[in-house]
Amino acid sequence: MFIINRIADFGRYLDLMGKTFSVPERIRMYWRQLIKEMTQLGVDSIGIVLLISFFIGAVICIQIKLNIASPWMPTFTTGYTAREILLLEFSSSIMCLILAGKVGSNIASEIGTMRVTQQIDALETMGVNSASYIILPKVLGLMLMMPFLVVFSISAGFAGAYATSLTGVISTEDLTVGFLHDFRQWFVFASIIKSICFAFIIASVSSFYGYYVEGGSFDVGKASTNAVVSSSMLILFADIFLTPLLS
Amino acid sequence: MIELRDIHKRFDDKEVLRGISAVFEKGKTNLIIGQSGSGKTVLMKNIVGLLTPTSGQILYDGRDFVGMTKHDRVMVRREMGMIFQSAALFDSISVLENVMFPLDMFSDMNEADRISRAKECLDRVNLKGAEMKMPGELSGGMQKRVAIARAIALNPKYLFCDEPNSGLDPKTSLVIDELISSITHEYGMTTIINTHDMNSVMGIGENIIFIHKGYKEWQGASADIMSSTNERLNSFIFASDLFRKIKDAHDQEENEAIKQKTTI
Repeated sequence: MFIINRIADFGRYLDLMGKTFSVPERIRMYWRQLIKEMTQLGVDSIGIVLLISFFIGAVICIQIKLNIASPWMPTFTTGYTAREILLLEFSSSIMCLILAGKVGSNIASEIGTMRVTQQIDALETMGVNSASYIILPKVLGLMLMMPFLVVFSISAGFAGAYATSLTGVISTEDLTVGFLHDFRQWFVFASIIKSICFAFIIASVSSFYGYYVEGGSFDVGKASTNAVVSSSMLILFADIFLTPLLS
Repeated sequence: MIELRDIHKRFDDKEVLRGISAVFEKGKTNLIIGQSGSGKTVLMKNIVGLLTPTSGQILYDGRDFVGMTKHDRVMVRREMGMIFQSAALFDSISVLENVMFPLDMFSDMNEADRISRAKECLDRVNLKGAEMKMPGELSGGMQKRVAIARAIALNPKYLFCDEPNSGLDPKTSLVIDELISSITHEYGMTTIINTHDMNSVMGIGENIIFIHKGYKEWQGASADIMSSTNERLNSFIFASDLFRKIKDAHDQEENEAIKQKTTI
């Protein structure tokens, strides 16, 4: 029964995506929504991305220096390892997991509330494709903003790592040498590509849970939790496939 | 005119609508009444297309709404205005933007004309000056009036109201009823109101359909209610003391009139 329900959910998800990616009724209105969503989902997340990335960058650096680096290893090991962690996994996958919590719950609860307060029914009776009008700008908005968030996250992570040099844990020179050692630009692009895929998962899965809410505020809360759990699981699952594909 | 022909609606093994046929005339306030759970909301959702009937036909001025293509359905929906029980205003945009929404979406007017039309609609529902307020700042009655303004912005041919007086005090309910009734006559719309508010039934009901357990039990005007012999309708309408007393007074008057005639 569990499997049948999941297959049915997947079918409904595909159906919703089919409705979502259809030709917009009035481009002007969608454009306005897109700008709004880019602000709400992307710009409003910059603060948390910078804050978390800065501290994680610093902690990664301290942990590697204190627990892994040894006199037998080159002095750039700490910087090199911190860079690889930030570029390859933290700024794409872990940051998207964090955003699944913030943005995913926001999307699911907003759409869920629109459903229970009949705002979606109001759009439908007006002849508006509600799935497309509500979900498409959210999906596109987050996908468009995600590369910027990844770049901000990488930069803040590096800044955090550099901040540790102020405490004397590691020298700035060693960090810089480590950051530049065997640097491959592709890793930045791979990180951005991965995060765009994750952005699609966060926005579409959360929208799905919000769109099909039935009941009241309790059900909206439940949908919001389900959205975060499911998008986090799918991000981790997709990461396993995307990592070897993009390496 | 909207015509229903033998509408059935079934959810799994539960039949909610059982062969409802009715005609809702143009320029009249048509009321669907019935107890909670009688199927009137399901009927309304079927009429506007939020649900699809299991069988039967819904004709909008002769056009079969159930059988038409998805594109044609969307076109018919653009001729509809709907006022929901919860008003269903978009809470992230202002009152003016709410009223402008259907105009922005479907009209070819320029921005100045759209604003002017939206203000005109707000003026019509006596909400001049509330343009820049957010829906959350308005009272329940004002929200309903904004919903009416939004519903009439595109000059719809059909107006649907799902329990428009729900959660409102009697005085505000009368204002909303008067507004819907006068707009219906002014614009010549086919209006269908789903209600169990007896003041609305007596005040603005020009064509009333009483639904009981998914069946159409009775149809007539508000004036016919007093003389109705349908037991289910009477037990529903005259459930409150006040309406029972009115009915008793009416019956007494009628009996006296008959007596006088007989004496003469």
